[in-house]
Amino acid sequence: MATRGARQIERVRASAHEGFLRHRNFLWLKIATLLSILFITGYALIDVTPRHNGGSWYGYTLGTIGALLILWLTVLGLRKRAMTRGRWSLKAWTSAHVYLGLSLLVIGTLHTGFQFGWNVHTLAYALMVLVILSGIYGIVVYSTLPDAMSDNRSAMTKAQMIDAITKLDRQLQIAAQPLSHEDTAIVSESLREDPFRAGIFRRLSGSDRACRNARALRQLKARLTIAVEAEEDALQAVVQLMDRKAAALQRIRSAMRIRAMLEVWLYVHVPITFALIAALSVHIISVFFYW
Amino acid sequence: MTKVYKIAIVGSGPAGLSAAARAAQLGLDHVLLEKTDHLSDTIYKYQKGKHVMATPSQLVLRSDCDFEAGKRETVLGVWDEQTDAQKVNALVNADVQAITGQQGAFKLKVKGGTNPWEKPPTAGSPHAANAAPDKAGDVQEIVAENIILAIGTQGNPNRMRVPGADLPHIQYQLDDPGEYVDEHITVVGSGDAGIENALGLAADPEQGNVVTILNRGADFARSKGANVKLLMEARDAGRINVMTETSPSLVEPEWLTVDTRDGPQRIRCDRIIARMGSAAPRAFVEGCCASFEEKEDKRNPGKMVKSIVPGTGIEFTSADREAYPKLSPQFESTVPGIFVVGALAGYPLIKHCMNQGYDVVEFINGNTSLKPADEPILEAKFKDLPGRKSVDEWLELLRSNVSILNGLSPLQMREFMLDSVVRFYPAGSTVFERNEPGSSLFAIATGHVLVEVNPKDASITVPIGQGSIFGEVGLVSGRPRGATIRSGEDAILVEVSRLAALRLMAAVPEAKRAVTRISVERQLLQMFGSGLSAADVADVVDNHEIMQVRAGEAIINEREEGYDIFVIRTGSMVVERNIGGKPVFLSYLPAGSYVGEMALLDGGRRTATVRAAVKSEVIKLDGERVRALLDANPRLRDRFEEDMRKRREVNSFIEAKKDSFGNVVDMYSSVASFLVENGIGEATDVLLIDEKLCVGCDNCEKACADSHDGLSRLNREAGKTFAHLHVPTSCRHCEHPHCMADCPPNAIHRGPDGEVFIDDTCIGCGNCQRNCPYGVIRMDKVPPKKPGLLQWLFFGRGPGPGEPDKKWVYDRVSPETPKRAIKCDMCSGIKGGPACVRACPTGAAIRVAPEEFLTVARLGE
Repeated sequence: MATRGARQIERVRASAHEGFLRHRNFLWLKIATLLSILFITGYALIDVTPRHNGGSWYGYTLGTIGALLILWLTVLGLRKRAMTRGRWSLKAWTSAHVYLGLSLLVIGTLHTGFQFGWNVHTLAYALMVLVILSGIYGIVVYSTLPDAMSDNRSAMTKAQMIDAITKLDRQLQIAAQPLSHEDTAIVSESLREDPFRAGIFRRLSGSDRACRNARALRQLKARLTIAVEAEEDALQAVVQLMDRKAAALQRIRSAMRIRAMLEVWLYVHVPITFALIAALSVHIISVFFYW
Repeated sequence: MTKVYKIAIVGSGPAGLSAAARAAQLGLDHVLLEKTDHLSDTIYKYQKGKHVMATPSQLVLRSDCDFEAGKRETVLGVWDEQTDAQKVNALVNADVQAITGQQGAFKLKVKGGTNPWEKPPTAGSPHAANAAPDKAGDVQEIVAENIILAIGTQGNPNRMRVPGADLPHIQYQLDDPGEYVDEHITVVGSGDAGIENALGLAADPEQGNVVTILNRGADFARSKGANVKLLMEARDAGRINVMTETSPSLVEPEWLTVDTRDGPQRIRCDRIIARMGSAAPRAFVEGCCASFEEKEDKRNPGKMVKSIVPGTGIEFTSADREAYPKLSPQFESTVPGIFVVGALAGYPLIKHCMNQGYDVVEFINGNTSLKPADEPILEAKFKDLPGRKSVDEWLELLRSNVSILNGLSPLQMREFMLDSVVRFYPAGSTVFERNEPGSSLFAIATGHVLVEVNPKDASITVPIGQGSIFGEVGLVSGRPRGATIRSGEDAILVEVSRLAALRLMAAVPEAKRAVTRISVERQLLQMFGSGLSAADVADVVDNHEIMQVRAGEAIINEREEGYDIFVIRTGSMVVERNIGGKPVFLSYLPAGSYVGEMALLDGGRRTATVRAAVKSEVIKLDGERVRALLDANPRLRDRFEEDMRKRREVNSFIEAKKDSFGNVVDMYSSVASFLVENGIGEATDVLLIDEKLCVGCDNCEKACADSHDGLSRLNREAGKTFAHLHVPTSCRHCEHPHCMADCPPNAIHRGPDGEVFIDDTCIGCGNCQRNCPYGVIRMDKVPPKKPGLLQWLFFGRGPGPGEPDKKWVYDRVSPETPKRAIKCDMCSGIKGGPACVRACPTGAAIRVAPEEFLTVARLGE
């Protein structure tokens, strides 16, 4: 017990489980808001001639801060993957990333002095806004979808979900033995169903209209209405199995849908970040070149 | 005039045979008396084809009969052959019923045919010529100058003592495992006999037997390593169902109810084979040459029974059921001229028995300078000690000085010392350092040691005196040493390995009691805090009672009378209170805490129910005596009152909350129950995932792999979930780790922060993986080092962050590389703490100790 006492304080803080948004009682939200208010007030009070733009001293200051901030925000990708020793927490980084990233919208916009045009400078701004918007989508899904994902999988692992399908397929094969040749062909169509062949949009939709199992199920249910006696019993058994398979497939599709929604924005957020850094570099170099 | 033999040898087992062979070689006039119609009954009764082992391997065999490990038939054949060739005078069907007289003229009352033994044509099978003749009921007298008792202990198997133990389908012996087909057979007891029976019954799958073996403890301390290995293989192949920490509780026809770690279970059972050891045929031995007197039966007043006059007959070391006869180093009992050898003398191994038979005959023949066969080994052990003493003197010194060894016979002492190390420590030298890993037990033979109780100030010490032990914590938990210990003066200490200590405790009840008493005393002193001494708590300790509590069983019931105090020794308890007809979870008590003080201080009824979360062991302290202790120690009383005040606050908090947040309390209560059901009850530190925050990025697994040789020690997805609280498959660092129970190289330890870790001596046997009830240990090959992160990021080199895929690893690791056991070590030694928690981007992963997490204080969250 004594050994535990020494670490108690540290432990209680670690186990006080706040999400990344509430981290340390919204510390980074407070900092980011304060910074934004500071910069907006500065923008309103400081009178630069002839007018606010990126080339004034205030504009340069905001631009430098913004550019450095963009680089620092990008570093999250490294931080996440580099498991170095030391007292850091990725949750704290995410928290800061989210709120400082949002404040970048203020900093970047003030930096422009509201001067836009069809040029590389505005392109960099537009890319930044895109990155931030995709990030906002990320915040929304990160805070709303996890419990849906948890409910959907009800303590099953991916492997178990796939295994459930494999087992049902095996049972279907056995149950289909007494069926006629045509009916067996329909069942084997269901066996060919692979939920993972779905593309990105089908994944996001969470359902598959071309699902071979669903089609086979529809056909067999139609057959069931006209079948009699032994054939009816055999068909009934197969249909029940296919119903269960449909539920199992639905679970996998829901899992994939939630996964896709949780991940899809990163395919916008990350590449555009690199485009942004490229545009930003051109923007900075050109500004200095045409000084 | 009747013939007077120089030596009569009773019993023809390895010890008796070896003695008779020596007597024959020396040309002594001897007779070997065997009760049955064949030699060496114990081994004769082994299962057909059983492999007979020859341990301990370091012991030299000294006998006129040969013996090496082999099949039962081979071993018996060699002995038959040599007994015949050496012209041993052996009589079979000779049951010795009483021994009277004294040295020089012992009279043996022998019942039965007493016909000469004839070598059977096939060893290990009945031989007609040796069968009992018609005069089987005859009694005759044999006179001998000396007697060697080598009757073994097989006569009295320990019987089952549960309801239904008298049913006919319980048997205490198994002759031929091939006899039984298509039965559900349960073997009770996991000593060598039990394990061998179970293996025999399950050997042929064609027989269709469903074989289950029950072991009371978690590990197999009483059995030979090779047997345990075979049993584990059989279990993994699905041939035998091994139930540890399980004991029978009710026998019914076709069914057996057992108590398991997780509560009672009823299993199918057509036949029970009980192999729970055996006690020496004590009454017969004690009655040898004794005087008898009429005495009133203590248990049955008014009735007179025949009892032995104290000081006559063969005396035993203690009144314990499993005690052995008092013997001189030459195996002479308290009756001069009667020698006791073999299993009856306290050691059941064949080699020992054979050596003893030889030695005793040599001694009777006047060879007093003969040293036992293990003498050179022991001599080497004592060589570097100061003071020129002989091996016997050293053994006697250790035995009489060290309290836990007091109950050992000289023979057991020799055996014990073969497994132990004895060292001399000059004054002031360090025995072990604080936090040093180590699980051995130390006993102080001479001198005393000092415990540095304050890590910051080495000058503050507590002495432990001669005869006592230290390091006993290692026996149960394998925690690192809690304090530095140095010798206070020149001291001689015995270091006993964990396994040898467990074996000692299993074999000698007195040693077990002594160790238990000391550990209870130290636990009380540690728990009650400084200011108390051993003398203060002596009264409480002397009257303690250790109770085994099944999972779910209550030690205290709400509204019941009573004021005893319970200390949780192993396992954990939950405190519940019945509010509005539903049990509400109040708090969680880990091992090392106490409960029951409220009723003691207040004198009221119990205010809550305390039940075991997992199979636990509690120390029950007499309330009256604890009250006296409190009266004598106001500081302790203050502490108790402070604890009581805190618990009362919790109670009233719950009562208040119940009205306003009924659902919250219900929710909290059910979450707590879920966690306890999932083994949190024995955890010290557990990883939980809040699935309201988890986005399933698996960064925790990747971080784990990257922090530890590229192998992840947790499986985020696997495990149970309740109300979005997920318990992933990851080590809980149990109070009493199951994985530690059976680690051959003793590679699993508990680190300074409470983490259970596996060190580099792991041999990859997989025992820990099998023993872990939570499936958190994996066996895998350690992958080679990956290229750095930036190399992967910019040049695509290597498999990237996280655990590399199997193919990448197997392409780079040689097929001969052994697998290793891999498990969470709580990132010990890594600055910043557990990587899984640090690497969680959303704060879903948390690590908690159950007592922090399962407190009502968190109700508001």
